[in-house]
Amino acid sequence: MTRLFGSPIPRLEDERLVSGRGRYLDDLGRGALAAAFVRAPHAHARIVDVDVTDALDIDGLVAVYTWEDLPGKLAEPLPLLIPHPALTHPKTGYPLAREEVNHVGEPVVMVVARDRYVAEDACDRIRVTYDPLPPVVTIEDAVRAEHLVHEEVPGNVAAHLVQENGDARAAIAAAPHTLELDLDIQRSASMPMEGRGVYARWDAEDGSLRVYTSTQTSTSVRAAIAAKLDLPLHKVEVVVPDVGGGFGVKIMHPWPEEVLIPWAARLLGREIKWTEDRREHFISSAHERRQLQKVRVGFDDAGRVLGLDVEIWHDNGAYTPYGVIVPIITSTQLLGPYKPGAYRVEFRSLYTNTVMVTPYRGAGRPQGVYAMERTLDAIADYLGKDRAEVREVNFVKPEEMPYDHGLVFQDGRPLVYDSGDFAASLRLLKELVGWDDFESYREQARAQGRRVGIGIACYVEGTGVGPYEGGHVLVEPSGRVMVSTGLTTQGQGHHTVFAQIVADELSVPIEQVHVTTGDTRLFGYAVGTFASRAAVMSGNAIALAAREVRAKALKIAGEALSRDPEDLEIVAGAVRAKDDPDTALDLATVAVLSNPLRYAFDEAAKRATQFAVTDTSKPPVPEGEKPGLEATAYYSPPRSTFANGMHAAIVETDPDTADIKILRYCVVHDCGRMINPRIVAGQIHGGVAQGVAGALYERIVYDENGQLLNASFMDFLMPYATEVPKIEHAHLETSSPLNPLGIKGAGEAGVIPVSALLASAIEDAEGFRITRMPISPSDLWHLRQRFAAGEIEPLHRASRRETA
Amino acid sequence: MTVPELHEITLRVNGVAYRTRVPARRLLSDCLRHDLGLTGTHVGCEHGVCGCCTVLVDGQPARSCLMFAVMAEGCEVTTVEGLAAPDGTLSAVQRAFAECHGLQCGFCTPGFLTVLTAFLTENPKPTEEEVVEAISGNLCRCTGYQNIVAAALRAAEILREERAEEIVAAGDGDGAEPERAREEAAE
Ligand code: FES
Ligand code: FES
Repeated sequence: MTRLFGSPIPRLEDERLVSGRGRYLDDLGRGALAAAFVRAPHAHARIVDVDVTDALDIDGLVAVYTWEDLPGKLAEPLPLLIPHPALTHPKTGYPLAREEVNHVGEPVVMVVARDRYVAEDACDRIRVTYDPLPPVVTIEDAVRAEHLVHEEVPGNVAAHLVQENGDARAAIAAAPHTLELDLDIQRSASMPMEGRGVYARWDAEDGSLRVYTSTQTSTSVRAAIAAKLDLPLHKVEVVVPDVGGGFGVKIMHPWPEEVLIPWAARLLGREIKWTEDRREHFISSAHERRQLQKVRVGFDDAGRVLGLDVEIWHDNGAYTPYGVIVPIITSTQLLGPYKPGAYRVEFRSLYTNTVMVTPYRGAGRPQGVYAMERTLDAIADYLGKDRAEVREVNFVKPEEMPYDHGLVFQDGRPLVYDSGDFAASLRLLKELVGWDDFESYREQARAQGRRVGIGIACYVEGTGVGPYEGGHVLVEPSGRVMVSTGLTTQGQGHHTVFAQIVADELSVPIEQVHVTTGDTRLFGYAVGTFASRAAVMSGNAIALAAREVRAKALKIAGEALSRDPEDLEIVAGAVRAKDDPDTALDLATVAVLSNPLRYAFDEAAKRATQFAVTDTSKPPVPEGEKPGLEATAYYSPPRSTFANGMHAAIVETDPDTADIKILRYCVVHDCGRMINPRIVAGQIHGGVAQGVAGALYERIVYDENGQLLNASFMDFLMPYATEVPKIEHAHLETSSPLNPLGIKGAGEAGVIPVSALLASAIEDAEGFRITRMPISPSDLWHLRQRFAAGEIEPLHRASRRETA
Repeated sequence: MTVPELHEITLRVNGVAYRTRVPARRLLSDCLRHDLGLTGTHVGCEHGVCGCCTVLVDGQPARSCLMFAVMAEGCEVTTVEGLAAPDGTLSAVQRAFAECHGLQCGFCTPGFLTVLTAFLTENPKPTEEEVVEAISGNLCRCTGYQNIVAAALRAAEILREERAEEIVAAGDGDGAEPERAREEAAE
């Protein structure tokens, strides 16, 4: 049988999804009552009064709830999921606002009604009186701290963290050259096509709750619900159906709705569902990306970074339930494939009266890579050197792996790179994009009156963060192989890649393998799908479980066939003797044999009885063994594995309209061994598209009152097919030494370097510094005006080109 | 408060007639999904921008979130559930999406499938640019579109192959037709 690991087979998921048989959250629970929310219209205000009288006579209204109605732990603030010593002033919201609202969109009243139309009618008639407070909208406002988001948080500073490896400031002071950069990167958001949704059913007789939710973490939502509603864990089941994209925003939990809907379902004894609408998603879920950065760097004549000192102001929005993961990642992953002589990073995470910030695909890395790559471009420009060359002299070399940066990573473990060959990747990329021939292309283009530029950007991505995932593999007496893992899936093709792994390990046809993800009824221990960890964590756990099953199958078959398990192999779903392929037992039969109780329900069981071994000296299930051809295994890595990649792009900017066009987009990517190259490519395509979106089109725009000005797809410019470039890519496979399958994560890679890259390419085309992303044609047009007025710095290489 | 008046309507969806009672404001998307249980049509924005809710109304792509159910009275509506043959055989467009990895989460997919079904009927031999143009009203957050475009081109190819086979099978015409059809398909 050909090996499935590494082959680009089509996905098993697709037949169902292309025929309209997907089951997304809102496809479930026909006939359930609907919930809707009255949300805050002010960025910052005290709630004076909530008057629901006008809503009460609406036909079809079932219930209206405010904070006052919430019992016990539900009335307390939502949990702080990831505390950190640097997070000295954590703040989380209440499921329904209590006394104060801190951003537009915060839920204040929940309405339950016959359907969503009626629930919204009721929301319209609920009058909430507010006493507006001055809002803090931008990082600059937060730093000035003339007003406070939370009275008890001085200076609006939620967290402050410094990490240092060596004495960076001294190294900079002693360096032959120094530069200083002020950088700015704007807010964006995950924006999955399917919003959030929760559907809950209470079984009064059983005292149990079944909750379906569109989440990236089933087991943790389950734990949150059990805790908030004071239910035994085993009385709460969380099932994650098909999920229409997550990109990070659905890792946040519990959303207020994830505890409120189950609570109301139990209280009312009715099925209740809430399906988020698009505006709700914009104003009440989560965003990411906004940071201000100040970089000071000292370097030598070769462009080697001797000291790097970075200060970051991170906008965390109104609350910090997800802790400070994002700025921690920015501050560590900033280093990319490079090893500065000494490094110091300091960040302040600040409150603003805006939607909170939680990880969005890339999770803080795009910002970090932006800081580092802009810095290397500046160094190259200052020294008059090739940008690729300056990168290369700073690379960590393959022989230096594992490489310890002397910092603490997001998982609380040392930042140690496990493998990678950055110089090889760079060579591949330069060849792919034609780096060395670009100047002649530029000349040709210029002769035609066209303005083109090239850029490059590299990154390293910590993937497969712990602590663990588990997998369960079970061979049914039918021969069907049932695989489950607790983490969830949002379109990444996990069912296919996990089935590939199991089909190989057990040597069974892939059609026989059925995978379930994110269902706490089948697997209760899990962390979740984020940080490009699913394939690494669950993939390895499932492989380990399958290996155990294989060993067990060989052992049972060995007993039945009176052969040494060593002499047996599994081929095409049957255990057979290596030296005599006719001596064989179907895995199905082995599965029957694995259970001493086998009423002959079917042919397989009847057949199995002839092999029944009756060693009467032992009990039917000997000590230390279990019935059933199944196994559960966990994979828990010592630390993260680090994937890497490099992107290059050629852009053209219109001399009149400042329109920005990507002419070529090239990716070299190394995620260790690939389980399914087709799926990896798909992840890269999607990631790059989101990166391009974040670099050129999308930004979350608040006015000075904290009103989100573009809370619709009309105004938040998600790219269509017409805006996304074609991606050319090549792979390098440096296996990870950390896990049995040698794999690294690939989910976020595509998005990470894009803002840095396009800034680099546009800057190269225009001949002046770009320090703020995203950039629109009108931004560029204004920059040109300012450049003409001498307000922004020219690139040295541009003037060198001119004089050359 | 007054109860909204209900209107009795007949919708023909995927060749089946459904009789239902809806308030005038009920969106066609909600009616299809929640009244008729045809949940293949998805809702991503409810303001006409994402295209997830696209269905065919009398063969033309229409956003079911921008139509009221009462407006579809008497129309022939096709949803993603109606694209496969009655025996469940997937249509060329559906097969091509699976073959080319044209979907990830699959949430936007029904909209792309319906749009492309109509498009390829009108333009059986599109260029890449024409395909991009045809899907330029549908958002996908997962795929980056590259494989969707590939899937559309592949679907066109499958359709041409199938047509060629049909002509060969029918065996009529001047005898040169099968050749021509095959050549055309191969192009
Ligand atoms: S849901 Fe109809 S266009 Fe988005
Ligand atoms: S496949 Fe997920 S939105 Fe298109």
